[in-house]
Amino acid sequence: MKSETERLQEELNKNLFDSLIEFLQKSHSGFQKNSRDWGCQIKLREIPTAALVLGVNVTDHDLTFRSLTEVLQNNVTPYVVSLQAKDCPDMKHFLQKLASQLMDCNVDVQSKEKESVQVTQKKIHYSMDSLSTWYMSVTQKTDVKMPRKKRTPPSQWQSPPVVLILKDMESFTTKVLQDFIIISSQHLHEFPLILIFGIATSPVVVHRMLPHAVSSLLCIELFQSLSCKEHLTTVLDKLLLTTQFPFKLSEKVLQVLTNIFLYHDFSIQNFIKGLQLSLLEHFYSQPLSVLCCNLPEAKRRINFLSDNQCENIRRLPSFRRYVEKQASEKQVALLTNERFLKEETQSLLENLHVYHTNYFLVLRCLHQFTSSLPKYPLGRQIRELYCTCLEKNIRDSEEYASALQLLRMLAKDELMAMLQKCFKVFKSSSEKQLGNTAKRIEEFLAQFQSLDAEAKEEEEDTSESQSKGLQKTDLYHLQKSLLEMKELRRASKRQTKFEVLREQLVSFIDSLAREYLLLPETQPLHEVLYFSAAHTLRQHLNAAPRIALHTALNNPYYYLKNEALRSEEGCIPNVAPDICIAYKLHLECSRLINLVDWSEAFATVVTAAEKMDANSVTSEERNEIIQYPLKSVLQCPSIYFSSLFSLHFPVRTFRAFQRGDINQSRKHLDSSSFIIVLIIRNQKIKSCKRYIQ
Amino acid sequence: MPHLENTVLCRESQVSTLQSLFGERHHFSFPSIFIYGHTASGKTYVTQTLLKTLELPHVFVNCVECFTLRLLLEQILNKLNHLSSSEGEYSTQITCETFNDFVRLFKQITKAESLKDQTVYIVLDKAEYLRDMEAYLLPGFLRLQELTDRNVTVIFLSEIVWEKFRPNTGCFEPFVLYFPDYSIGNLQKILSHDHPPEYSADFYAAYINILLGVFYTVCRDLKELRHLAVLNFPKYCEPVVKGEASERDTRKLWRNIEPHLKKAMQTVYLREISSSQWEKLQKDDTDPGQLKGLSAYTHVELPYYSKFILIAAYLASYNPARTDKRFFLKHHGKIKKTNFLKKHEKITSLVTLQLLTLVGHDDQLDGPKYKCTVSLDFIRAIARTVNFDIIKYLYDFL
Repeated sequence: MKSETERLQEELNKNLFDSLIEFLQKSHSGFQKNSRDWGCQIKLREIPTAALVLGVNVTDHDLTFRSLTEVLQNNVTPYVVSLQAKDCPDMKHFLQKLASQLMDCNVDVQSKEKESVQVTQKKIHYSMDSLSTWYMSVTQKTDVKMPRKKRTPPSQWQSPPVVLILKDMESFTTKVLQDFIIISSQHLHEFPLILIFGIATSPVVVHRMLPHAVSSLLCIELFQSLSCKEHLTTVLDKLLLTTQFPFKLSEKVLQVLTNIFLYHDFSIQNFIKGLQLSLLEHFYSQPLSVLCCNLPEAKRRINFLSDNQCENIRRLPSFRRYVEKQASEKQVALLTNERFLKEETQSLLENLHVYHTNYFLVLRCLHQFTSSLPKYPLGRQIRELYCTCLEKNIRDSEEYASALQLLRMLAKDELMAMLQKCFKVFKSSSEKQLGNTAKRIEEFLAQFQSLDAEAKEEEEDTSESQSKGLQKTDLYHLQKSLLEMKELRRASKRQTKFEVLREQLVSFIDSLAREYLLLPETQPLHEVLYFSAAHTLRQHLNAAPRIALHTALNNPYYYLKNEALRSEEGCIPNVAPDICIAYKLHLECSRLINLVDWSEAFATVVTAAEKMDANSVTSEERNEIIQYPLKSVLQCPSIYFSSLFSLHFPVRTFRAFQRGDINQSRKHLDSSSFIIVLIIRNQKIKSCKRYIQ
Repeated sequence: MPHLENTVLCRESQVSTLQSLFGERHHFSFPSIFIYGHTASGKTYVTQTLLKTLELPHVFVNCVECFTLRLLLEQILNKLNHLSSSEGEYSTQITCETFNDFVRLFKQITKAESLKDQTVYIVLDKAEYLRDMEAYLLPGFLRLQELTDRNVTVIFLSEIVWEKFRPNTGCFEPFVLYFPDYSIGNLQKILSHDHPPEYSADFYAAYINILLGVFYTVCRDLKELRHLAVLNFPKYCEPVVKGEASERDTRKLWRNIEPHLKKAMQTVYLREISSSQWEKLQKDDTDPGQLKGLSAYTHVELPYYSKFILIAAYLASYNPARTDKRFFLKHHGKIKKTNFLKKHEKITSLVTLQLLTLVGHDDQLDGPKYKCTVSLDFIRAIARTVNFDIIKYLYDFL
């Protein structure tokens, strides 16, 4: 069940990415053709380049690039290489990486027949020359093989281009990039290269990084991917604002997730992970989440509910409220009769489903009306509207009132446009429940249109009368007729049909909202579908790593749940992991610590643990043990980890440790009797990290 | 040399100097020649065509490609080897690690029959890259003749004057030859030279005249001009193709092309839009205004907290430290101390986006210092989105 929903979700994500890739691919296929044309005009010597603006959510880029590579490999060319800035500090590495990746691509295609050759080739210094000769040989070979092999149709070109993706263009060294472009432009006719720049900020960076002489060698075309905010909107739209997936988020959870997204990282990837986490958490913590599936399945499952689960249903607060409202006989039946309860649950779930269908339709409709109002009282995005609707009854909010107020002042064509959009929303949904509403909207539209025609007639009338009035040359008469006209207009203004209609429309919308946009909390059994533990989610997603580590080190039982580790305050269990012991010992000294004492204390604790006689331990072993704490601290992998210890060492000692020369470092410590300053938990974090790496 | 005069235009004096320097095939020439001049002043082209038409044994190497000493030396030797060995048979790759080896191998190769008794030319294009390589390389090449005791001439091509090359240890002075920029007349002549066969030379010359009238003030780069000429020529011909104007109707043609060229100057020349896009535009005849150039997308979306970090960094970078008190005491608490949980990560990600750069030494372990590199306009746009009046906090605006 869980996996089912997850899979569905993943599929949806895939769809999303697919659409993105499709867009890329389309642009590229056009691009490919261009590049072929350019190939003919060698004298222009421009490298076709795609500047891909992806936005600042760098964490998401990997996935995009990976799928892009896949698509390109399947459809365009087998030679797709992607490079990262950190791999290419200079030209040599750049070309080496490029070459080795290219050859790997090739090996994949040619069923890895020449692996032995590969190994020897890797030692050669690569230059563009060798690359292009390699390319020539490979393409010629594949040309010969082509008829036998039946490869994918688009790659039947004589010379498939080599696509080079630079994942993070901003971080490349300008010099490397410039040189590479100059070199490859010289080899373009024998080595058909296409560049793809992944740009996180803005395309201006191309100009900033490359001087005119170099950028004139490029034929840059710009592709903008969806902005991540839009991306979020689509994800929400497809995952949450739909009845397809029964799982829903409560207002607070949604708020937490969107806040993390908007304030911290802009990463869709993380957002989806958060969503998945909440899904997991929901299924884990809520026993009735078995019913959180599509309606027929849920109905089937209700029939198999155990007594215990029935009891769980009865305990749900929303269900209790529901029961209290019923007649007394029914109350008794609900609380005692299992079968009756199950039937009732089925109908309730069905109601809930219908409620959601209507809810989202009306929400979208309302969004259409409010999203273009000045100052956006209800937000520009549908997620904002959704949040407000989930938070409290929308009709109580001030924003809603002001939005309606604004709606009452809109001009006709604006209203018409909104109505049209609404109508489309209703049309697009296949559900029949709100067919009535759709009809009403259609009626409104028709009325507005007829109003249009009438207004025209009226206008003609007035203009006629006006022309009549103006025919009279007498000044007095003219004035009089003008006054008359003015009055007439004012009178008509007071009660034009349009205004009446507008009023009707607004109240209609209001009634819709009243009827359908009810709080989910008012619905019985809403707990089954809604996940509301925002607190846990925040704890998991916005974790404070340092605190977590402290807990882990200070109280290993918290995470390991091993009875042996349970300890009272202030005593150090000798069975605890060594690192915990070291940490606890070092906590005992507040500001300064003598490293030798620390090591000795550690050794004492550990040997006590192993119930060994101090004598039976050889001095070498003991030495080993003594050195353990320093070693462990110096080798701990995480920055937070080391920051907890925050040691300040003399550099010589550090270096000795790094070399693994324990005795040497110990000599340093002993001979010069350094007192090692330990500044607990604050400074020198980075220095530690740097040394450890 | 009638053929040479046809292919190399407006460089007569340079060509004759070079020819006299080269002398007869078996004459010893000047050990090293240094040719410099601006971008696209025909250095490479003249040298290459001259050596080719005279059928002199030569090796042409571009120093950008050879980013290590080894690559450079091996490339020269391999090409030489290719020259000396008879056609068809491909001798094995030569490996050469040091300059010493190079001299030895060079002697070996030039012993060959085909290279004997004539000057071998080694042309090093983009010679300014030699300066970044090993220090002995440049002096070594300068006196290669003396070192190898062979009839060899090294020609350096560069955009930088010789004075900037001269190593401080002193070296053998090469013969310096300057290629001056082409004048407008020269450009006209050269550009008109490659007219398409469908149209008469006069017609194309008139077009080039118009083109130069528009672009000469901003661009004298021959390559660039040629590129622009090819790009815009179809548009110029359009009235003729359609039959609206004859080839002689210069005035009409001028009116047709002039605004178009000006538009091109703002877009294609600056590489705001690519040439393929420009061609597409020409075909569809749409307004280029619809197609936004690269610089049009300056907007950058950032997460909320990152924006604040960036603003803070900007303030810290541009306000003197002593004014902090003044700004932040007065508007006490205006910048709320938000709970930056992932502050460090964010700073590094901003650095990778080139919005911040690391200043100070790399070895400074604790408290690395950053500087904000964005422009005022940019930071104002960012500040506006979070409702923060940055001007109020900037020292320069008081």
